[in-house]
Amino acid sequence: MTQTVPAPAGATTLPVAPPKRVGFLRRLAQQKLAIAGLITLAVVVLVALFGSLISPYNPDVTSLGAVLLPPGSPGYLLGTDELGRDLLSRLISGTQVSLVAALQGTSLTVAIGVTLGLAAGFFRGWVEKVIMFVTDVLMSFPGILLAIAIAGILGPSLNNAMIALGIVLAPGAIRLVRGSVLGVREETYVEAARSIGTPSGQILVRHILPNVVPPLIVYIAILAGQVMLIEAGLSFIGVGVQPPQASWGAMLSSSFAYIDRAPWLAVFPGLMIAISVFALNLLGDGIRDSIGKKVTR
Amino acid sequence: MTATPTATGPQAAGKRRTHPKLTLGALRFIGLRFGRMVLVFVMATLLVFSLASLVPGDPAIALAGEDADPATVALIRSELGLDRPWAVQYLSWLGGLLTGDLGDSLIYRAPVTELIADRFPASLSIAVSAMILAVVGGVLVGMLAAAFRGRIADRVTTVLSTLGIVTPNFWVGMILILLFSFAIPLFPAVGYTDFTDDPVDWLAHIILPAIALALAVGAELQRQTRSSVSDILTQDYIRTARAQGLSRGRVLWTRALKNGSMPVVTVIGYQMAGLLGGSVVVEKVFNIPGLGTLAIDSVVAKDLPVLQGIVLVTTVIVIIVNFLTDVLYTVLNPKVRVS
Repeated sequence: MTQTVPAPAGATTLPVAPPKRVGFLRRLAQQKLAIAGLITLAVVVLVALFGSLISPYNPDVTSLGAVLLPPGSPGYLLGTDELGRDLLSRLISGTQVSLVAALQGTSLTVAIGVTLGLAAGFFRGWVEKVIMFVTDVLMSFPGILLAIAIAGILGPSLNNAMIALGIVLAPGAIRLVRGSVLGVREETYVEAARSIGTPSGQILVRHILPNVVPPLIVYIAILAGQVMLIEAGLSFIGVGVQPPQASWGAMLSSSFAYIDRAPWLAVFPGLMIAISVFALNLLGDGIRDSIGKKVTR
Repeated sequence: MTATPTATGPQAAGKRRTHPKLTLGALRFIGLRFGRMVLVFVMATLLVFSLASLVPGDPAIALAGEDADPATVALIRSELGLDRPWAVQYLSWLGGLLTGDLGDSLIYRAPVTELIADRFPASLSIAVSAMILAVVGGVLVGMLAAAFRGRIADRVTTVLSTLGIVTPNFWVGMILILLFSFAIPLFPAVGYTDFTDDPVDWLAHIILPAIALALAVGAELQRQTRSSVSDILTQDYIRTARAQGLSRGRVLWTRALKNGSMPVVTVIGYQMAGLLGGSVVVEKVFNIPGLGTLAIDSVVAKDLPVLQGIVLVTTVIVIIVNFLTDVLYTVLNPKVRVS
């Protein structure tokens, strides 16, 4: 039998409004910083895709009569490098290389992370123990040094550098995915699916994976920034992108010898890296806040 | 002012200033962590040894060069023990390792341990200086941001820490050289002097690399401290302490820092890995004869034993720092200590 509690005098019964379901995109659109990051990234991607159309010169063509021209020189908006190549054209070409590198490294990391993280979180037992132990061990290695060693041994090239990066960064992704899986695998609806004999693969794809995706998207944005930074470092020391191909990191590497005479060669590629990574971070933070239930402004 | 009965929890612990006492449970925890450290070490040796198997094709030919004569290839194969079964090779390498023998460099013709010992002081100088800068700077700025949360100081420091995270450390190094070696010639651009030779010159040489290296780690610690101290500042015992008349600064220093620093301690171990890795590229910028430049030289020269040695030594440092961090956490944190 239920007991009714009389409402206090003077209290008015307010109609309880149903929770306002604001869509993810709408919440994201309300975040100015995330939008700024998104627009910046869109510009960077457009430059990477259609750069060859707006590039003033062929980025690899040298002009010994126009060596180390400062920014603002006639015909050369950002100046020229030590071989007389137009810096703006090389930055545009480098955008494509750097983005492809970020895409490769991020995809590989996520592929390893999702596969092993799902396996560890879902199957538990010795599968989880082995995967998490190896993950712990890999996290003890100084990441860049291990990447240099792997890329150096495989042979200096962008592909090998990205394979190295995938191995080095995967532990973070594995931990994240496993954590998300552990969070949902004991939920009632998963138990219910298991109790009616739904195959493990189907439970993974239909019930668990959708819950892993939101935090993973946030992680991917931050991860892509990390990949970009490490790729720049690897290319800077010569185990990433190989000349004459230009990534921002490789451009910084070749600029270093002329840093006293032509500082602009070092400034612009570094700025491009910082701006892109910053934009990815802003976007990642924005997505996180838009996914979270707390942020429904 | 004495604590009232309402001042409970971490504040009370802070007031009593009890000496850390390790219970049996805590000792068991440390023992377990030690066992895990040994296991991680063994696995790490296995991975480092396996790096040799990544060499495309026949490692001996790859190391000797395509044009090398068969005698040289055979010599390298024999030197590396590649003519023996894999398990024997590993156990022999591990045996050497435990006696401090990491093999000989293929290029320098000198023991790897000797080469690493020669280069270690430079790397250690930069890494330790960077860690000190990062911890002091990161924690102080993080506390400042937490104390003035939402205000201008918070916003400025948060933007600065974000910049620290998104900027490549080697580029920061290049910009520092441009500013403080060329534009305002305060510090030498490149090179290194041993502390024992000239401490002042040593300091002058490591300041810029240490700042470049510390920036990202410091920024990460700033975020961590800001978040954990902000949480602490909303706790009841902080409000009680303020109500008792303790100044804002005193509450921050005596209460919030002590309890808010716990999560920071735990991330220092992982930051050490980032710092040692990052130093490789920074050493290259400042042309410092440390482990990083040795690693890059050994990659270029395909000097596998040296490369394996450097990766292993730095990894062992990280493993030990992680273990010590765990112990420190156990000793500092009453919840872990008495459980």
